[in-house]
Amino acid sequence: MRPILMKGHERPLTFLKYNREGDLLFSCAKDHNPTVWFADNGERLGTYRGHNGAVWCCDVSRDSMQLITASADQSVKLWNVQTGAQLYTFSFNSPARSVDFSVGDKLAVITTDPFMGVTSAINVKRIADDPSQQSGESVLTITGPAGRINRAVWGPLNRTIISAGEDCVVRIWDSETGKLLKESEPEVGHKKPISSLTKSADGSHFLTGSLDKSAKLWDSRTLTLIKNYTTERPVNAVTMSPLLDHVVLGGGQDASSVTTTDHRAGKFEAKFYDKILQEEIGGVKGHFGPINALAFNPDGKSFSSGGEDGYVRLHHFDPDYFNIKI
Amino acid sequence: MGEISLNELEARADAAGIDLSQIDLDSIQLPPGDDFGIISDDEDVYQEEQMDFDYGLGNTIVVDNLPVVPKEKFDKLEGVVRKIYSQIGVIKEDGLWMPVDPDTHKTLGYCFIEYNTPQEAELAKEKTNGYKLDRAHIFAVNMIEDFNRFMKVPDEWAPPEIRPYVPGENLQNWLTDEKARDQFVIRAGSDTEVFWNDARHLKPDPVYKRAYWTESYVQWSPLGTYLATVHRQGAAVWGGASTFNRLMRYAHPQVKLIDFSPGEKYLVTYSSHEPSNPRDANRVVINIFDVRTGKAMRDFKGSADEFAIGGTGGVAGVSWPVFKWGGGKDDKYFAKIGKNMISVYETESFSLVDKKSLKAESVVDFSWSPTDPILALFVPELGGGNQPARVSLIQIPSKEELRQKNLFSVSDCKLYWQSNGDYLAVKVDRYTKTKKSTYTGFELFRIKERDIPIEVLELDNKNDKIIAFAWEPKGHRFAVIHGDSPRPDVSFYSMRSAHNTGRVSKLTTLKGKQANALFWSPSGRYIILAGLKGFNGQLEFYNVDELETMATAEHFTATDIEWDPTGRYVATSVTSVHHEMENGFNIWSFNGKLLYRILKDHFFQFLWRPRPPSFLSPEKEEEIAKNLKKYSKKYEAEDQDVSLLLSEQDREKRRMLKDEWEKWVSEWKRLHEEEKLLRLMLRDGEASDEEEEYEAKEVEVEELLDVSEEVLFEFGQE
Repeated sequence: MRPILMKGHERPLTFLKYNREGDLLFSCAKDHNPTVWFADNGERLGTYRGHNGAVWCCDVSRDSMQLITASADQSVKLWNVQTGAQLYTFSFNSPARSVDFSVGDKLAVITTDPFMGVTSAINVKRIADDPSQQSGESVLTITGPAGRINRAVWGPLNRTIISAGEDCVVRIWDSETGKLLKESEPEVGHKKPISSLTKSADGSHFLTGSLDKSAKLWDSRTLTLIKNYTTERPVNAVTMSPLLDHVVLGGGQDASSVTTTDHRAGKFEAKFYDKILQEEIGGVKGHFGPINALAFNPDGKSFSSGGEDGYVRLHHFDPDYFNIKI
Repeated sequence: MGEISLNELEARADAAGIDLSQIDLDSIQLPPGDDFGIISDDEDVYQEEQMDFDYGLGNTIVVDNLPVVPKEKFDKLEGVVRKIYSQIGVIKEDGLWMPVDPDTHKTLGYCFIEYNTPQEAELAKEKTNGYKLDRAHIFAVNMIEDFNRFMKVPDEWAPPEIRPYVPGENLQNWLTDEKARDQFVIRAGSDTEVFWNDARHLKPDPVYKRAYWTESYVQWSPLGTYLATVHRQGAAVWGGASTFNRLMRYAHPQVKLIDFSPGEKYLVTYSSHEPSNPRDANRVVINIFDVRTGKAMRDFKGSADEFAIGGTGGVAGVSWPVFKWGGGKDDKYFAKIGKNMISVYETESFSLVDKKSLKAESVVDFSWSPTDPILALFVPELGGGNQPARVSLIQIPSKEELRQKNLFSVSDCKLYWQSNGDYLAVKVDRYTKTKKSTYTGFELFRIKERDIPIEVLELDNKNDKIIAFAWEPKGHRFAVIHGDSPRPDVSFYSMRSAHNTGRVSKLTTLKGKQANALFWSPSGRYIILAGLKGFNGQLEFYNVDELETMATAEHFTATDIEWDPTGRYVATSVTSVHHEMENGFNIWSFNGKLLYRILKDHFFQFLWRPRPPSFLSPEKEEEIAKNLKKYSKKYEAEDQDVSLLLSEQDREKRRMLKDEWEKWVSEWKRLHEEEKLLRLMLRDGEASDEEEEYEAKEVEVEELLDVSEEVLFEFGQE
């Protein structure tokens, strides 16, 4: 089907997130306003105004009531999804890079960037049932990895935190004590900074995308490398289908060199790979800048991509897609 | 291994818990024959060629045969000597010493001069050795270092030790590959690798790999016997039966460019050096080596200006190769263009043919016939058009002019030889009457025919610009890209027409092609019309016998195209010279089927290993072509075996991957089930866990592959 072009952001997209039902799509961009759209027809529902910097990441609670956003303005905000009201602001002394709600939405893991002498950190905050009772105290703070931590997510049963970032290493931490439990081996791990990390629907495995032009699939519990997908360009965004055995990689060359090369040179394509055979099965073109964000609708029947070009493209699959065979 | 800064080194040592100050670096001994990837600075230094730049007496010369003068004339003589030698370089302070006999106070007839640099000393030695001060005093100039060497010559001759004969390796071994595959070399990053092109298995098969094999580039010799590498100290060639061993080294400090003679008997090396006086042109050194013995046969030294006449581009104004080789594969002659002359040398004595250069007023370009000792040269219009431009063919060594053609109102000419030397095409750009623009035509010489007839060819549209021209190798056809740039036309011509072998005829014109380069198959018949660089790598595989397109394809941003020496496969590559995106190469079949694709970051070079010409006679080749079916039967069977094996392996691999995956999925399912209660608790008992359940859907797809009906005899009908 023809993709739906959603032009609501004025700056490059950074992150996309569907709610659990798959009816709402949340988008973050370098402009300061996270936006919510109807995932079905691409109509804009509203924006969340209040951040004063690029918004890097967001997550929505299981009941679709609360939205949490991480921004370069050194804050993480909780919002009422329905009204757009700010519920709480966590303040940091460096830009916030990623957020993820735990199972049960009682905890959130937030990563902050290295900034003006402050090192990067993974922070765990308790999310109160009643926003008026919310406190800014960190339950746990983990430091150690060098460079930015581009993504941190909860492991199975909230017992671990999985982090990945600029130092090319995937780590699993104990979410109680903050102890480092596992680390990806340099021989099998990524060779260049990891740009993105996405969990499977059940959290049993996750996919990392890296500038080393590959994506890797790992077991969430043992950190065993299961699959490796190689492509021709740096990978900025990854996602996997909850329905079929497909993974999608998005990327392109550096934004800084886009203007000096033909638009086809970057091939700003969302590439589909067979999850098991690790072979490329197809691609979806359209963006005229690198793809920075990808998300699959939880029903597996549509996906959306966000580009450096400021567009969100919403793709509903044709019936043929469900019969792809290789 | 990249270079490590001291800080990084310290940081690394800290991380590993090593105290650097406690380590005696000199005590580290690497096992012999293994360098752990660390390149040693002194490993490849040629002992006999070692030059001391900073210390020693490398910058001092001894001038002999000076007049012997009494004390009164000492100052005058010193003045003369100083004047001569300070023209060449800067003499060090107190760098001129003329010893005097303590008894007679007369000079001894020699002096020492110390320069600032060894290069200046070398130059002074070269320029003034044999300098005639007057009839009785001819300077003999030597480096003081050489004296030590001369002193060591033993007085009595001792017979040299005769080394036992060691049979050499079969350098042609790669031609005996059972599967008749071809080799190629690639350079990516710091690695240089040689592969077999295993087209049947759709992948390259590694032969040899070496990091830091060369300091700038690699090059095959024209017949494929050697692979040449370029180093700071000189060039080297490699080859052999199974691995690439170093066969010979050619000392030439700072060598930049190399070139083989067509029969690969000689290697020409080139370097350019910064002059001591910045106003001077660079100093150029060219050496010619015998490839097999490594002996330097001749050197040419001079300022870059002397080597920069004619031609365009090249390094520092020198068009490479400076020397063009002629006389076919015998490597008999080589020539360079000079001001108003062409210097032709012969390899028997490495001196000028007839001891003098070929006079040719204002000559700007020349080229050799690829097979015969015939030179074609082009002289532009002189005297504002009073004297016409001229293309002439000259036989070597007789220097007899075989044919000449005068051309009027010419702006430029380009010479294109057909690979057998049968034809020469001269592309002539002429001014229109107004002199404001030019148009192009061709003069076609039939070299092998009596009196060398010339035919003039004009394009259908005279004003079309010529973008590319290429002869069919060993054939009688040529292709021209002409017209305006975004979508030019491609035309094919034959030197024969249907009824008359002596007339050129047009075969066809293809309109509006996205092409700017032509690549004929080395065996002729097929050609690739390519749109490189600006045209983003459009490829059209065209059959000129049938005048039909076999395939169109694209290798996006392709920069280079090379046919394998047999004309079976084509490599297209994207090198990192232009940009870093999608570096790597594709291998195609001759008819445009993509066989495999390899991506390599920092990809610099792809070169097929050339093959020597076939030993088969033309008659035999024709016979094989006629009975190809018979000959190819054996290979077809082999191909089928391989493809069956491949699909079998492929199925097996897929099955394994699926099984492995299933194992993971069932494990996850089990754990997920186990953790269900705990997860419910985390969600305060909210039960809707259902969407996370695995949906094990069995989808059965029936495909109708084939329907066949058979009538069976009913029982008892017989």
